[in-house]
Amino acid sequence: MASNEQSKDRVFLAVIGDEDSITGLLLAGIGHVNDQQKKNFLVVDAKTQVSTIEAAFHEFTERKDIAIVLINQHIAEKIRPTVDKYQQAFPALLEIPSKDHPYDPSKDSVLKRVQKLFGD
Amino acid sequence: MSGTGARENIFPTRMALTNTKLRLKGAQTGHSLLAKKRDALTTRFRAILRKVDEAKRKMGRVMQLASFSLAEVTYATGDISYLVQEQAKSASFRVRAKQENVSGVMLPTFEVERVAGSDFNLTGLGRGGQQVLRSKEVYAKAVETLVELASLQTAFTILDEVIRLTNRRVNAIEHVVIPKLDNTIKYIMSELDEMDREEFFRLKKVQGKKKRDAAVADAKKAEENRLAEESGQFAEPPPYVDGEEVSGDLLKSKDDDVIF
Repeated sequence: MASNEQSKDRVFLAVIGDEDSITGLLLAGIGHVNDQQKKNFLVVDAKTQVSTIEAAFHEFTERKDIAIVLINQHIAEKIRPTVDKYQQAFPALLEIPSKDHPYDPSKDSVLKRVQKLFGD
Repeated sequence: MSGTGARENIFPTRMALTNTKLRLKGAQTGHSLLAKKRDALTTRFRAILRKVDEAKRKMGRVMQLASFSLAEVTYATGDISYLVQEQAKSASFRVRAKQENVSGVMLPTFEVERVAGSDFNLTGLGRGGQQVLRSKEVYAKAVETLVELASLQTAFTILDEVIRLTNRRVNAIEHVVIPKLDNTIKYIMSELDEMDREEFFRLKKVQGKKKRDAAVADAKKAEENRLAEESGQFAEPPPYVDGEEVSGDLLKSKDDDVIF
């Protein structure tokens, strides 16, 4: 498989989330700034444009050194069509709950597929 | 019947028949192997599916706990988010992808790899250092859960794709390749039978003609013989031309047939 070599140098996690989630995850030590001064996280607040989120999403999913992309579920909701369209294995896309938005399994793009497969 | 379904464009010979039979056997073997592979993958897939479902729910709880610990930090220390964001330079929490082989399918599993780093050591130096440390731990645990979930999910995505691919292949072999080969074999068989019958008929014909020719030749020979004989006997007048004279000469003339 082509993903063999591909997955070798994917070491980082990327986050798109609200301030609290980002802070927590950065505390855990996933934050990274590469040589081009590109951060692997994007803080989204009420003023952040949808286009900015989408751009970050595309950047993270296209970077070759990222293994997992974490995105807050309520932010994923904003760019739902893009998220649902994303089917690649690498990097893995994970929707995580945030402090103010409890986790809703029925909205998750992967869980939706799981439910569908269990259904039939 | 042959010729009804799709078949391969092939010249009906015995060699082609042998080849096609071999290919049919190969297709059947391939079909059963692929079906087995599909079953194995599906079993694996079901297990992963259940795990994904579980892990997603677990993640919800874990993240809630983590958020709460961060809230504690904020309460004790004040807002540290800006500080933390500015201090993030190099990831101490990384993942490493490993491969797992499930019936020929490479499934990646992510493993947590923590580089010993002393990030945010000074965070909460004034107050709330304990909370910050706890929060760090809780979040690290949460991220571990997330990584686990991510590898499950990646496996899920890849398996889903591979199973669909395998299914397509199994169905293609079952419904297209095997019937086609079957039809080809039937076609070749019928053509060969037809050729056999033709050959037999031709031989019969040849035999018949030979017989006829022989009969004609025999008849001709017999005729010739008779003619030759007759021409030999015609030298003297036939004895039976004149009844009275012959009867008179009966004792004189010698007849082959008369033995007494």
